[in-house]
Amino acid sequence: MIKLSPKLSQKLSYALLFLATLLVITPVTIIVFIIVKNGASAITWEFLTAMPADGMRGGGILPAIVGTLSIVMCAILITLPIGVCAAIYLNEYAKDNLLTRTINLAIVNLAGVPSVVYGLFGLGIFVMFLKLGVSIIAGALTLSIMELPVIITTARGALRSVPHSFREASLSLGVSRWQTIQYVVLPNALPGILTGAILSIARISGETAPILFTAAAFYVPHLPNSVFDQVMTLPYHLFIISTQIPNMPKNIIFGTALVLLIMVLSMSLVAIIARIYFRKRRKW
Amino acid sequence: MKRKILDSIIEKIIFICGILAIIFVILIFGFLLKEGFSFFKECGITKFILGKFWYPTSDPAQFGILPLIIGSLFVTVGACIIAVPLGVMAALYISEIAPQAIKDILKSFVELMAAIPSVVIGFVGMVTLVPLVRTLFGVPTGLTAFSGSIMLAFMAMPTIVTISEDAIRSVPWQYKEGALALGATKWQTIRRIVLKAAMPGIIAAIMLGIGRVIGETMAVMMVTGNAAHIPGSIFEPVRTMTATIAAEMGETVRGGLHYRALFAIGLVLFVITFLVNFVADLFLGKSKRK
Repeated sequence: MIKLSPKLSQKLSYALLFLATLLVITPVTIIVFIIVKNGASAITWEFLTAMPADGMRGGGILPAIVGTLSIVMCAILITLPIGVCAAIYLNEYAKDNLLTRTINLAIVNLAGVPSVVYGLFGLGIFVMFLKLGVSIIAGALTLSIMELPVIITTARGALRSVPHSFREASLSLGVSRWQTIQYVVLPNALPGILTGAILSIARISGETAPILFTAAAFYVPHLPNSVFDQVMTLPYHLFIISTQIPNMPKNIIFGTALVLLIMVLSMSLVAIIARIYFRKRRKW
Repeated sequence: MKRKILDSIIEKIIFICGILAIIFVILIFGFLLKEGFSFFKECGITKFILGKFWYPTSDPAQFGILPLIIGSLFVTVGACIIAVPLGVMAALYISEIAPQAIKDILKSFVELMAAIPSVVIGFVGMVTLVPLVRTLFGVPTGLTAFSGSIMLAFMAMPTIVTISEDAIRSVPWQYKEGALALGATKWQTIRRIVLKAAMPGIIAAIMLGIGRVIGETMAVMMVTGNAAHIPGSIFEPVRTMTATIAAEMGETVRGGLHYRALFAIGLVLFVITFLVNFVADLFLGKSKRK
């Protein structure tokens, strides 16, 4: 066995680590490339604004786009206020006691529950027990519980980054605790909370398993009229046309995947850039 | 005075939101338990966990989830073998070696990777990886546990990289300076000091990655072939617990035996992921205390 000099072994190891990093990030590049290359030709105005036709082998994907947007918007409207309040409780009010530790454990655990188990739960409680049926609202409620731990964690990080001296200055002026939070802490934490919310929206736009039995329909020939309607959604539509329908034109599948990918990645990118921007601009 | 009352009402609401996470966990667990137990009463828990045959629609129906557990185990172990070394190595590179500008780009890349929907990954796997596996290994179908492992490794990567990177970054700088001052090269410092000090955090990252892999549904359903039998090798089709729930729930009679059997699988998944996350959290706590 040849003993390498420390210098050489450092060079070799660095090269190896660099190679591993390349291996980690190439697949994402390949996936995006394949979908853009094969899907770009399918994207036309008609594809985005027309109803599916010809057993979904033609026409557009408008109902799936509208369905996804409506579920996601409902979900974020439910989960954002609750998540931010929970974060405020944990960061501003909670003492280090058994209750707080239990809440933390619950959040960690909620974040780890498999998405398909959320689907089961949503089916059991919202669709069956509360009799909401397979609907936008049942899907949105399911997704909002799933996204709650993420919202709490990011909002809490944003609240924590507001310096303690801000709170002390406000409290020493005789301002109440809640008013301090309302007028001093929250405005300063807002950019962080919002970027977290955008990332969450991006993430739940692509979720399939939780809405599989709670909101998604195989095919609906019209746009939803109320939150109690079943809807088509982009991820579920992609799943169906790529696995269940024979002789599906390839460019429609890739086109659908591309629309979903653009939605998700553009939102994530906005959030990432906004975060870098706010971090640089921060004065403390 | 009015202000005070308003404040106290708002603070009550905030408190309720705070404990909501606990309520949801109890609700989810309770719901799975209720449906699962009513199934166990009829079919027996040992027959369920250790039964070798999953024939939910034949007569009489058989609900043994051993093939599904083994299916999940196969893809999970396979994914870990690929994702753990690569993920930790990439985390080391990003946090210790890469120059600042490249670091930011790489981190954004990893974050974007986490955002790609699992159906999209599954679909791309179906059209590229599956035919490749079939021709490369000369197997009758490319829809195998091996293909599933590769897709899942890719999906676990962001979790492993991000959390390991956090752990490596939070190693106190005094440790590194001490080693460097003794004449160690930078690589020796990374390997012998940084890696060791960051180990609890890295283990937590691996556990969370495993949790993610076990729970992943759509991509796995699309590339593993979904054959509910005990596989002989990783080049055979398998069916995971998650894919079983997703694929079969649509066909069940609401409240029927099959329906409740799927809830019982959900219960098993819930317990497994709870344990995995609990252990991960213990390690994270350990790494933070340093």
